[in-house]
Amino acid sequence: MSVKQISVFLENKKGRLAEVAKTLSHEKINIRALSLADTADFGVLRIIVDNPDRSLTVLKTHGFVAQVTEVIAVEVEDRPGGLSRILEVLDQDNVNVEYMYAYVEKSRENAIVICRIDDRERALQILEKNGIATLSAEALKAL
Amino acid sequence: MYWDRDIETMERSALQRLQCERLAATLERAARAPYYRRLLEKTGVADVREPGDISRLPFTTKAELRNEFPYGFLAVPLTDVVRLHSSSGTTGNPTVIYHTKADIIAWQDLVARCMYMAGMRSSDVFQNIMGYGLFTGGLGFHYGAEKLGAMTIPVGPGNSKRQIWFMREFKTTAMHILPSYAMRLATHVKEMGLDPRTDLSVRMAFVGAEPHTEETRRRIEETWNIRAFNSYGLSEMCGPGVAFECPEQSGMHIWEDSFLAEIVEPDTGAPVPDGECGELVLTTLTRTGTPLLRYRTRDLTRIIPGPCPCGRTHRRIDRIRGRSDDMMIINGVNIFPLQVEQTLMRIPGIGSNYLIEIHEENFMDRLHVSVEMAADSFQGTLSQLEGLQSRVLAALRDETGVTPVVKLLEAGSLPAAEGKAVRVVDRRAQSGKGC
Ligand SMILES: [Zn+2]
Repeated sequence: MSVKQISVFLENKKGRLAEVAKTLSHEKINIRALSLADTADFGVLRIIVDNPDRSLTVLKTHGFVAQVTEVIAVEVEDRPGGLSRILEVLDQDNVNVEYMYAYVEKSRENAIVICRIDDRERALQILEKNGIATLSAEALKAL
Repeated sequence: MYWDRDIETMERSALQRLQCERLAATLERAARAPYYRRLLEKTGVADVREPGDISRLPFTTKAELRNEFPYGFLAVPLTDVVRLHSSSGTTGNPTVIYHTKADIIAWQDLVARCMYMAGMRSSDVFQNIMGYGLFTGGLGFHYGAEKLGAMTIPVGPGNSKRQIWFMREFKTTAMHILPSYAMRLATHVKEMGLDPRTDLSVRMAFVGAEPHTEETRRRIEETWNIRAFNSYGLSEMCGPGVAFECPEQSGMHIWEDSFLAEIVEPDTGAPVPDGECGELVLTTLTRTGTPLLRYRTRDLTRIIPGPCPCGRTHRRIDRIRGRSDDMMIINGVNIFPLQVEQTLMRIPGIGSNYLIEIHEENFMDRLHVSVEMAADSFQGTLSQLEGLQSRVLAALRDETGVTPVVKLLEAGSLPAAEGKAVRVVDRRAQSGKGC
């Protein structure tokens, strides 16, 4: 199952990231996880929020360039080797992971890993075949 | 189809006779202005037999208009003047144009002729999104639209929410707007969850006051699902109403009953044959308050040879290619800002706002181009952005021969201009001049 991540285009300009956070917090939207990829000139902020559709509308009306990206959320045991197993499984079948980032929910023992994979359907099948559970949007929200 | 059939479709020979008569009358009137009296006493213009006889006179430039501030070009008693328009004179004297009642009436009629030609009718609802006041764009179109008989909403520029509110409440069908603002306003419409193509009643736009490219016009047309007509004018003539596009959208008919047009080589002032690019030089043919002879517009264009399928006999000028004084020289290479615009507008994913800056780095000129990305083209990956950035760089390098520094900006991050957009800033120490 895939979940929605919000990607935001940010110029490398002081305070832009803070503005995203402020805009969302004004709307009582909680950022669950965040990762920033950037070059010298600009970056892409990736966030997992509790209400992706509303977040997108809010960000766009505040003039941000944002869009929804479908990603996979996997629960990984928070111990050595937890992450490498997933990567191994995907690598065996030549599935390329574009990027990934992880976060830990305080209510859980396990970490949540967010993966962006081009061939999402195939990745989901492979993970399922290997007994690795992916989280649905509802499950993620309920955490 | 025609606002003034007799004038608009007049035989060329009759039109030239009319020009001669009006030129002779203009010379007489001009001789009452202190500046032209001195000039004409020196050069002595005898009878005008053909429009080309005007070339015996020297040019008039903006510098003379400034130097003769305030009344050197005034050709009537001040009591006959009903309005003045003036350039914003931030450095030195402003240029001032005085209009008599007859001038205002003639101007209204010209603008009405333009709008009617493009297809506006009295049943249209016209929203005038241009600056009112000393700037001629707002008032020029305002009175033209009233003369035509359309309901006119004098909303002026800026405040996008209010613009959209008027558009929705009063079902605006025609608008007059700066090309840069047309694109920005469409973005605001989308941000409000509306589709400018289907949720509004706008069907046509008059765009002008900023030179812009064909690519920009097509973008405006696609974004709004309207037809956009190019408008040319300058405050020294009257303002808008000098030349305008007909439904063929291939060049702007210059109203030769009111203006005598010449195209000259900018450096030498020598005439350029039809079809070749040069500087547009205009002589007023009907104006009474401030007649101007052979005025150097600094605008670069060409006469489009051949008749127009619309049946109007007035010759057409091409889209303005730039101003003879806004050419940038980057390490000895000549570049026009519109070349940059044209290149940018051809790249999908690139927005319509951009800023050109010229810096001096290690004693070399460096061209910096900042451009907004189109909000709806973002795919969420860094590689897309990097690809876009390098495509822009390569396209600009191919077009100009100069390798620029390209910066990709968020949509809406360049300052929103209410008046004409500032597209070029020269930050080189020695020049100190922004075009
Ligand atoms: Zn035509």
